[in-house]
Amino acid sequence: MTHRKIVIPGESIAKGNDFLPGEETEKRGEEIFALRYGLAEETNKLVKVIPLSGVYNPRRGNVVIGKVELITFGGWVIDIGVAENAFLSLTEVPKFVNKDGLDEVMDIGDMVVLKIAAINKRGIDATIKGRGLGRIDEGMIVNVNPNKVPRIIGKEGSMINLIKDETKCNITVGQNGLIWIKGDKIEEELFAKKAILFVTEKSFATGLTDEIKKWFEQEKKNDK
Amino acid sequence: MTNKEFKRPDGRKIDEIRPMSAKVGVVPNADGSAIFKFGETIAIAAVYGPRKMHPQHSQNPEKGTLRCNYNMISFSVTDRIRPGPSRRSTEISKITEWALEPVVMLEKYANMVVDVHINILQANASTRCAGINAAAMALAHAGIPMKDMVSSVSIGKLDKQLVVDVNKYEEDWEEGEGATDIPISLTSNEEITHFQLDGKITKEELKKALKLAKKARKEIYEVQKKALKELPGVEK
Repeated sequence: MTHRKIVIPGESIAKGNDFLPGEETEKRGEEIFALRYGLAEETNKLVKVIPLSGVYNPRRGNVVIGKVELITFGGWVIDIGVAENAFLSLTEVPKFVNKDGLDEVMDIGDMVVLKIAAINKRGIDATIKGRGLGRIDEGMIVNVNPNKVPRIIGKEGSMINLIKDETKCNITVGQNGLIWIKGDKIEEELFAKKAILFVTEKSFATGLTDEIKKWFEQEKKNDK
Repeated sequence: MTNKEFKRPDGRKIDEIRPMSAKVGVVPNADGSAIFKFGETIAIAAVYGPRKMHPQHSQNPEKGTLRCNYNMISFSVTDRIRPGPSRRSTEISKITEWALEPVVMLEKYANMVVDVHINILQANASTRCAGINAAAMALAHAGIPMKDMVSSVSIGKLDKQLVVDVNKYEEDWEEGEGATDIPISLTSNEEITHFQLDGKITKEELKKALKLAKKARKEIYEVQKKALKELPGVEK
């Protein structure tokens, strides 16, 4: 891993023409400046800033968790925690839906796991075609800072798989910071929630996965 | 300057800022927040958004909107002030917006608004400067894309003497030519985003005042930078 440091907007990160400006950076003359508060990282001469804070920025292909806000003629309007609401069209539902019975599939207030299919000037289009997508019937929703989602998932899902194995829960992490936990017992769900909140608290530590492993051992000892 | 033996009422040097302190993340429910102090002047800023602008007719489809709200808490001054918006607070809200607008990059946030709420907890002059400093930090903390930081300082002219960071006692100076108050906001490139003047001053003195502000800006910027970089468990 490369060296990382916190930068503030307008701070010079790199000097010289060898470097390329990446995400959230700008080149002015010979220098590269940060445009956002976050961690500056340099890989293969590409300089970028990883945001530490801020609202969720939706991207195509993201799996998110939202709440049904409104039912229209052609589908559902879903609040995914950003300024623009997501629209889930009837045609994006994998089964037959009666035009008069949209509320039987998903009613106002229901939580749903969806995938962002497209972002355009009119808004965000979502789909529930795919594995693991669709209405949430039971379980628990935890809300965390969306910038900590990559840490909760870990490298290639290492962290989330560890939590899943240790707590025997089914967990879906929405990129917008909403996490759905579904276990057999309430106790297991609460334990998973505790683990996730621990990860968000310690998100700056290096070797986090190992620390979580230790934390699980400790928690299990306390149980006995 | 004009008078070498000039003594400020609180014993400060002419270019000495009151002890500053700053901290980010003080409002847990906000997307970004900061507190900034100039001695006894305390400003707290909270940023919400970007979120959808309501009502719809105020939306700007070209770029996002920055909306500032400056408010003095009723107990911030010795004589209780009537709570709620006033002529003065609306004016300072607008001034703060103009001071910050050149640096925030809201092109990507069409139809959205970023709300900045500034509350003055304790006032001892230079409140708008403390407010702008806190707001700039809160905006950065909220992850709003910005070209640069903004630091603000007030320069005063007491009779014929220029001083940095006026307090309430100095603001009410009555001897000689009286007091002139010049709040200035600068980016780290020393570009001016806000400049106000209340009183009488000559062109030469104004140039000197700007020079003093540029020097003070560096100190304020360091305080802002240090506060933003103070995060647990990360190497600096």
